Amino acid sequence: MGMGRRQFLVRGLALGCSAAASPLVTPVAMAAAPWEQRLVVILLRGAMDGLDVVRPLGDRDFAALRPDLTGATGHRDLDGYFALHEGLGALMPLWRAGELSFAHAVSTPYRDRRSHFDGQDLLEAGVPDLESGVHDGWLNRMLATVPGLEPEIAYAVEERAMLILSGEAPVSSWAPAVRMRLSPATEELLAHVWHDDPLFREAGGAALSIARTVRDGDGSGEAVGQGPHVELARFVAERLMGDTRIASFSINGWDTHQSQGPRIRRVLEDLGETILTLKAGLSAEAWARTAVVCMTEFGRTARQNGSNGTDHGTGGAMVLAGGAVRGGRVLSDWPGLGEADLYNRRDLMPTRDVRAHAGWLLRGLYGLPGQTIEGAVFPGLELGADPGLLL
Amino acid sequence: MYDPYLAEIRFGTGLSPRRQPPARLDDMLEKLAGPDVMAEAFPIPRTERMRPAEAELHAAVQAVRRAPAAGLEAARRAREALFEEARRQRDRALVHTLLRGARTRDGMRERLVAFWANHFTVVPRYGSTRHLVASYVEDVIRPHVTGRFGDMLRAVVRHPMMLHYLDQHRSIGPNSQYGRDTGRGLNENLARELLELHTVGAGGPYGQKDVRELAELLSGLFSNTRRGFHYRVMTAEPGAEEVLGRSYGTPGGPERLEHVEAFLADVAVHPATARHLAGKLVRHFLSDVPDPAVVDRVAGTWRATGGDLLACYDALLSHPAAWAPERRKVRLPVEYLQAALRALDPPDREVRNHERRIVQVRYRRPLLRMGQEWENPLSPAGFPDRVSDWVTPQGLAARIDWAMEIPSQLADPLPDPRRLAEVALGPFATEEVLFAARAAETRAEGVGLILASAAFQRR
Repeated sequence: MGMGRRQFLVRGLALGCSAAASPLVTPVAMAAAPWEQRLVVILLRGAMDGLDVVRPLGDRDFAALRPDLTGATGHRDLDGYFALHEGLGALMPLWRAGELSFAHAVSTPYRDRRSHFDGQDLLEAGVPDLESGVHDGWLNRMLATVPGLEPEIAYAVEERAMLILSGEAPVSSWAPAVRMRLSPATEELLAHVWHDDPLFREAGGAALSIARTVRDGDGSGEAVGQGPHVELARFVAERLMGDTRIASFSINGWDTHQSQGPRIRRVLEDLGETILTLKAGLSAEAWARTAVVCMTEFGRTARQNGSNGTDHGTGGAMVLAGGAVRGGRVLSDWPGLGEADLYNRRDLMPTRDVRAHAGWLLRGLYGLPGQTIEGAVFPGLELGADPGLLL
Repeated sequence: MYDPYLAEIRFGTGLSPRRQPPARLDDMLEKLAGPDVMAEAFPIPRTERMRPAEAELHAAVQAVRRAPAAGLEAARRAREALFEEARRQRDRALVHTLLRGARTRDGMRERLVAFWANHFTVVPRYGSTRHLVASYVEDVIRPHVTGRFGDMLRAVVRHPMMLHYLDQHRSIGPNSQYGRDTGRGLNENLARELLELHTVGAGGPYGQKDVRELAELLSGLFSNTRRGFHYRVMTAEPGAEEVLGRSYGTPGGPERLEHVEAFLADVAVHPATARHLAGKLVRHFLSDVPDPAVVDRVAGTWRATGGDLLACYDALLSHPAAWAPERRKVRLPVEYLQAALRALDPPDREVRNHERRIVQVRYRRPLLRMGQEWENPLSPAGFPDRVSDWVTPQGLAARIDWAMEIPSQLADPLPDPRRLAEVALGPFATEEVLFAARAAETRAEGVGLILASAAFQRR
């Protein structure tokens, strides 16, 4: 176990005199998680082109829709029908090990307006439409159905607040970009100026402690690749080795209206490194109980546009990885790509709601009853048949 | 009872080396009742005077779409220049908002503007209106913060920013002429938020039927770039609607804006609205768990005066609980920056600097990391208002980063930490903070420690 609770305490005590009152030994640090299963939700902001990432080469209409796009970059065969964009080629070992799968022709209930902001709000709120007056996120509502959780159970790892984890249930957040480069003497004095205020003492103590572990980088696993996304994944893996069981963050840059070939390859490589860094940072036991799910606000047009890109569409794809995932499959009720099969003769027709997949993940990982998922977590959702996403 | 230091810290924007706190409660109230000095000193244009206007940006976008190949580059450049100017205006408005807090003698007004702007949150839906949030606040919030709530509500509900944010322009009465011709229907967003967030509150005496009928009542409200706000009989659902037990309009028509306004006037003084908003005010200024006696008192004044906000503030401020020495709330991030700038008192040219990169590094990114991204809350509910929402490891880390790094960019030389502790904290300077101010290894760290202390962040 990497950065365990024991280390956490020892580091806290090393702070010095004012740690006698133990600003770092917070209830948060002492909490035990009720589950061993881990869920990481990665939001692919900007609308990932599912048809480019998981290419339906077996569909007779596919080649004609986007001749230049598909030709621009290579791919790896998945199952004889679908092929994976080479940008995610680094994940092929996971595919072969049964730790990677995809859900295709999926979307949120968002239709027709194709605004990133509304689409992302809907994805994170987990509601059928923005009229419904829901102001919190589905992961938070899920946590709120389980009594007695500590904030450490869930982490939003992003500079800005994340709707998906906001709401009544207390959760944690951290932005790895926060610096907190302080001298040891200043850290001691900070503990001093918070000493008489329990709220500041606890939050401040936790901030110093987290910043120190990020800075030292020990306790977290090997990095695969480099860049902010890798730092983020290392941080998340480290939290998941502690008391955190649910984490969410974003990878941006999927809005490929132009020059999609090189652009999507770059973000796919980032995504691949992120997933591999998560795996590297988790123990074998932890990875075996982990599901990583990558969701996007909507798909993109079935046809390429005039600038070697694609425009905002509807149906798209979802990436699932982890030792808990029943991998090696592309799940889809494939609608076809003929003119009449397309949504509005334009986009991949969604045949399943991404929320149903997310709901089945929550059910499988945490044993949430179906009616809780269809009522509290995703109001109005019909879970439908079990897609068998997990082992 | 009344304490001039608490007046500045709890109800204003903090202590200042050059502004004496108001000596008496009456001074505070007189300032609130008097002219809005800061709006003049650090102007933010109203929507109608803002340049570029939405229509100009819109036209520039269209010009690029329609430009012939030969003129495309020029059209793009013209569009970019206009959007650059819009971004500059947005940065300037942020800096002016901070400066108003830093320089005012009427601190509660700035706090109230922020409170009500958050209550009536809007987030721009289009690139061409992204710089217009501060103007929306100037248009419909600021002029009414010491007036009647009903007037503010009426102005907000007619404002294009609100109508677009809550999808009112997409809401069509299904039995209106337009609805019958197109088969389109209602969008309940504005109706729902009007009840749930803006007036009677989530626990208020309404149900889905009230939301539906209110959406029908509102279905004539419309706004577009060309004409601005107007009432469209063509989309208004025919007939009378019953909302919160009262009927608006007449069964045979005609549909009129006056019916909407009659509803807004009623709901503004509804006892549930009084209770909801009195509670929200008391929670904002005093405590996450408000003393019911104070809420009762403010709500009573609300009902008795028909939502006269100045009278409500008077009721709040003249209750002994308003001056309890224990400071239970914490400055929100924007308040935190205002109070820090006020205490540091940097030279004018530095604070007024609204160069893009500077604003990003000093204010925008820090606010984002502290959890209060400028003009971009997560939902129509606005930013949260519980202490636990702000004092989080990440939120506090972002405040520490700001406190340690930014003051030395603003003030050269930095104030002596011992002096700053007196200025910024007044009688709330604790032994611990004074010790830290003396013991810090550098002046910048001393300043940082004071601004990162609980004593400075509590109010």
